Amino acid sequence: MTLHAITVLGHDRPGIIAETTDRLAGLGLNLEDSTMTLLRGHFAMTLICAGEAGDEAIESALAPLTADGSLTVTVREVPAEEAASADGTSWILSVHGGDRPGIVSAVVAVIAGVGGNITDLTTRLAGDLYLLVAEVDLPAGADASAVERDLATVAADLGVGVTLRAAETDEL
Amino acid sequence: MTTNPRVRDWTEAELDVPGELREVVRAPAPVLSTVGERVDPTAPEVVQLAADLVATMRVSPGCVGLAAPQVGVGVKVFCVDVSEHPKTREHHGTFVLCNAEVVSGSRNEKAREGCMSVPDFTGDVKRPSRIVVRGQLPGTGEEVELEAEAFEARALQHEIDHCDGLLFLDRAAGAHAVYARKTYL
Repeated sequence: MTLHAITVLGHDRPGIIAETTDRLAGLGLNLEDSTMTLLRGHFAMTLICAGEAGDEAIESALAPLTADGSLTVTVREVPAEEAASADGTSWILSVHGGDRPGIVSAVVAVIAGVGGNITDLTTRLAGDLYLLVAEVDLPAGADASAVERDLATVAADLGVGVTLRAAETDEL
Repeated sequence: MTTNPRVRDWTEAELDVPGELREVVRAPAPVLSTVGERVDPTAPEVVQLAADLVATMRVSPGCVGLAAPQVGVGVKVFCVDVSEHPKTREHHGTFVLCNAEVVSGSRNEKAREGCMSVPDFTGDVKRPSRIVVRGQLPGTGEEVELEAEAFEARALQHEIDHCDGLLFLDRAAGAHAVYARKTYL
């Protein structure tokens, strides 16, 4: 049993996921985690699959998807990853404001600077409005108030708004 | 909002049977995705189930509610007790309802929910923050109607959903609104 990371990128149309997953099912692969979205209208999907097929067999099974040049597929065997440690705290970071170069890099540098890890990220540009929403894990012992202050400083320099709020879960 | 004094004053002592601990089942157990049967709230096995739900809720860390399908019984019975939770405002303490339904709701709010039966995920769910619920008390079978708000309203809807065969996953606010859990109680 091996794990494979598969990406499918390119021109969107109905049926890409159906076709991709049908071909993977034909190889007996189990789709584990996957994510797909449209990025500025481009189809973008990443899958982690488990099974007995090797990279080459998966590539050939998916080759028809790329035949007309509208999609790019990559396949790479990957190791199993350990789940991240659970002793930190979870946060949701939101940034929005007028578009300009460097918003993402400046903001995420603050998170990286305290050893924080981004576990989910979306950025969108619509007209002049730039938006970033991220799920952030801060390590145990990180000073969240200090991170908020540093984010506010960076945001003020960029002329954007920033909020960092705890990702609280209601246990029901 | 006014609390219902009959429900507020209810305690599991009224059931007059000791509660026994039951094992909590986890998704993908089919019972969690099956619409629960209506029950006779005066039936001895329903009274025993009510006592068992309260007892099992009490020993589960951070648990503010437990529905019969979560202990493997596909019926419309649940207990809640949000009195110790920091997000609680007005509340009714511990109570059990049979055959409950949400009569009305308003003021939608989104929050991230976790569930003992889905231990590896959390998810954003939008629900009314003010509701009216109708149901029957176990034992006597009295029909009661109560107003609930904030955290109690969310807990009630989460449990009533369980009785209807729904998990918070069925109400996920979007394709990217379910998250791998990082911290466990």
